[in-house]
Amino acid sequence: MNLKQLTLKSIHYRKTILEIIYNGGAGHTAGSLSCVDILNVLYNNILDITPNNFQSIKRNRYIQSKGHSVEALYTVLCDKQFFSLNDLKTLNNFNSHFIGHPTRKVNGIEHNTGALGHGLSVAVGIALANKLNKNNYNVYTLLGDGELSEGSVWEALNSAKKYQLDNLIIIIDRNKLQITGKTEDVNPIEPLNDKFKSFGLEVKEVEGNNLEELNLIFNKTPFKKNKPNLIIANTTKGKGISFIENVVKWHHKVPTKEEYEQAINELNLQEKKYS
Amino acid sequence: MNNIIEKANLEVFAETLLELGKKNKDIIVVTSDSRGSGKLVPFGEKLPEQIIEVGIAEQNLVGISAGLSAGGKTVFAVSPSSFLTARSLEQIKNDVAYSNHPTKLIGISSGISYGQLGSTHHSIHDLAVLRTINNITIVVPADNFETRESIKQSVNYNKPIFIRFGKKPMMKIHNDNQNFQIGKAIKVLIGSDVTFIAIGETVQRAVLASDILKKEGISSTVVSMHTLKPFDEKTFLESLIGSKALITIEEHSINGGLGEKCASIISQNNINIPFKILGIPDEYMINGSQSDVLDHYDMEPEKISKIAKKMLK
Repeated sequence: MNLKQLTLKSIHYRKTILEIIYNGGAGHTAGSLSCVDILNVLYNNILDITPNNFQSIKRNRYIQSKGHSVEALYTVLCDKQFFSLNDLKTLNNFNSHFIGHPTRKVNGIEHNTGALGHGLSVAVGIALANKLNKNNYNVYTLLGDGELSEGSVWEALNSAKKYQLDNLIIIIDRNKLQITGKTEDVNPIEPLNDKFKSFGLEVKEVEGNNLEELNLIFNKTPFKKNKPNLIIANTTKGKGISFIENVVKWHHKVPTKEEYEQAINELNLQEKKYS
Repeated sequence: MNNIIEKANLEVFAETLLELGKKNKDIIVVTSDSRGSGKLVPFGEKLPEQIIEVGIAEQNLVGISAGLSAGGKTVFAVSPSSFLTARSLEQIKNDVAYSNHPTKLIGISSGISYGQLGSTHHSIHDLAVLRTINNITIVVPADNFETRESIKQSVNYNKPIFIRFGKKPMMKIHNDNQNFQIGKAIKVLIGSDVTFIAIGETVQRAVLASDILKKEGISSTVVSMHTLKPFDEKTFLESLIGSKALITIEEHSINGGLGEKCASIISQNNINIPFKILGIPDEYMINGSQSDVLDHYDMEPEKISKIAKKMLK
């Protein structure tokens, strides 16, 4: 997809995210809005994961370690025809497969996440299997920045380096907020870039809500032969909606009717600008 | 029964896995600095492409193993049961069981195999905690034969499975022509007075107790309940027909293990039978070797036979 198409997709995705959270009465609003541009570029231009090839292991993989931002993932998978919008609209209903964290009951979901600090080890395992199977498929995994306090993340990085997993692309959704407040207040994790470099990763930083930058960086992997790739995507939590951006309480706040309508109005204006 | 002492189940596990690994290149062993403890040094030497070492990082061990399974490999994650099932319990719950990967989790040196190394190294919690995890099978082989068969059958077992065993040479319980199936308990002895339901390496203690009782004219049923989950309720209930006493024996806390599983079934089936659960009581554990500790907590064959006689009076 070209930049204009991607831009319109992101606006459309944000509308769907807000709609399903508003109707479902629960969801992780701001985190989904911060990472949706990353998912947009991955699923539309990079991954080539489709309902047709999903059952095969001969394809790229995407594991969302920050499982709580599942509304973004569901929205993009819906757009990629893994299920219908009507199915997605059952989010949070009794007996619906669409729950508040990724589950393999939903077509297109690779791994069940939700407890933080798990996805990277699993991604390392799949990347290792790809090396052992001598195929050239990549494994992409998205972590939150608050999640980086989990020690298991750093265990996994050691293995990624040891086994020279240049087929592993780790993306950090660096929106600098978590449920309690700023990541640097809750439990400081900086200097992230230096930490990751010292773990033997090839590190790049991008504006994580800039579709052009994201598109460029994902096309450059592997950054260096035999080194795992890590992208710090500097994002804005709640990106795209003026009153949600960078406001801590929107971590899992559900919009009221007025807020929902105002958010959709903002997105309609953005859409008009690009159409 | 002839009391023939064979190898440690741990050794049989390692030998079996090496044989299987030679034939099946998709078999991958993952260790957390545990290849020596797991007797897997020969495996690592002969099949270096089929062993992954993550260092002392059990959470990562299980997460990577789930990922390798998702990547099409047949994965054995091998680590002391104490650490595997406590340190990485959340990875077992989410990345293996809930995500439904057929990863084989191997808890070595389980129960109180580590004896004097103390409670940090004991796993008398593992069966109880894993019983509460949905979608995982729990197998505790009694002897070399059950170990070999459970490892072989686990290869094509298409769901999450946990297998735990110790490292002491074990008494031969079964002949090699015995039928073994994960999920199907084995009646080792069929008698009429007392029923012993035992799991893993305590089966031999039940058999030895039954030898003592036999000399006094008391006949025993002994069941090897090698699969704790899913539980073979049918064989268990059959073993109680006509029996006058029930004793369960496990190298595990009396909380949440085999005994309480049996208690749950008999109470829900309105079966009224004198019943005793033998295991590790809820107290600061006494220090000692594995066999001394088991003996201390009434799992010594002579003591077991006395308990049985008292219940039959």
